[in-house]
Amino acid sequence: MTERSTPPELVVPSYPPEHAKVDPPLDYAGYRSTRLRHPRNPLVPLPQRLTEVTGPALGDGRVGPNDHDLTVQHGGEPIGQRIQVAGRLLDSGGRPIPNALVEIWQANAAGRYRHGNDNWRAPLDPNFTGAGRCLTDSAGRYRFLTIKPGAYPWKNHPNAWRPAHIHFSLFGRAFTQRLVTQMYFPGDPLFSEDPIFNSVPDPAARERMISRFDWDTTEDHWQLGFEWDIVLRGPAASVFEEPHA
Amino acid sequence: MSRLAITPSQTVGPFFTIGLTWDDGSEVVRKGTPGQIWIRGVVYDGAGEPVPDALIETWQADPDGRFPSAEDPRGAVQLDGFRGLGRSGTDEHGRYQIRTIKPGPLPAPDGGIEAPHIDVTVLARGLLARLVTRIYFADEQAANESDPVLCALPETADAQTLIAVAQDGGYRFDIHLQGDGETVFFAL
Repeated sequence: MTERSTPPELVVPSYPPEHAKVDPPLDYAGYRSTRLRHPRNPLVPLPQRLTEVTGPALGDGRVGPNDHDLTVQHGGEPIGQRIQVAGRLLDSGGRPIPNALVEIWQANAAGRYRHGNDNWRAPLDPNFTGAGRCLTDSAGRYRFLTIKPGAYPWKNHPNAWRPAHIHFSLFGRAFTQRLVTQMYFPGDPLFSEDPIFNSVPDPAARERMISRFDWDTTEDHWQLGFEWDIVLRGPAASVFEEPHA
Repeated sequence: MSRLAITPSQTVGPFFTIGLTWDDGSEVVRKGTPGQIWIRGVVYDGAGEPVPDALIETWQADPDGRFPSAEDPRGAVQLDGFRGLGRSGTDEHGRYQIRTIKPGPLPAPDGGIEAPHIDVTVLARGLLARLVTRIYFADEQAANESDPVLCALPETADAQTLIAVAQDGGYRFDIHLQGDGETVFFAL
């Protein structure tokens, strides 16, 4: 790094556009709702400056003590297979992202969301809302206790069923890192016919949305464990980073 | 150095209000903050219909051009009652709203000055990845005319779609996902 005298030069990190080769196209015929909702004009490149490389700190007061445990939010236990979903939040440079807000929402074991617009003929569970949040720890780890969501039908095409999934929302530390995605379960027979899963063009990238069954967090007569690491865009290694001593 | 492959985006879907609704989502600033304004608008689809299941998130500097973020190379500044982040789901008429204060201008790394602006994330059913746009302010004409982003827009991009106009108690900023008056969206 070059030594500079006053005035100090404003140097901001640069987040390479790694998402451009990974994310689904906005115009994707297989998912009908994209038809009237994708921009037709090409996206305009936005240089990364102060607003883009900063982001909110959302720890304080945002997360209650039981918010990570979706099985204890009501008077009784929800019906379904009890599972733990845990993993690390990292950036693409391999750095853990600590103290970061993780928000999830999901259908119940029968595949129904507690939402006014979801009224297909599956039961609601009075003991399950399906929303959770937590902060990553100092090593970037998150952990949720919940029940395994069911598959559910949607009207995108005849006999359309979404594979079981949990929605995840991540802010990371910078506006560039914002990610909303879905976590899937290994071996789901519905993958091959699901346009949302298959909207991700690269098969290897699709695999990164699938959690791994984990014996280490599977507990006898209690819960199945699933492990899923989430990787957000990270800053390029560059001059602003100090070399390790 | 090898990098880890990132996790792909998926749509927020139609039921995100279960998990992403905050009671104080609209409150970029605490109620009663001096200079508070409302930014309100409607999200439209390519048929001109309101989008009732979109989520609008905003991120901005405070009036002094500082952020409550340790990622700011100038250091974090926490203005009392200022979160910087706004989050508002659209209602059945496609409307969203955030209560905030106008951000200040920002120094740019190339020595220029960015006009006051707010970065916006748009999420919705039917959007497989977020859209990014910016809110500028109609009453900052001089600053807008020298803003490096507005000045670099291609001729085909309609800069007016990025300008919030005065409306009682604040500003109006509509978002057109597609078609007539399509908002300028950015690749970040």
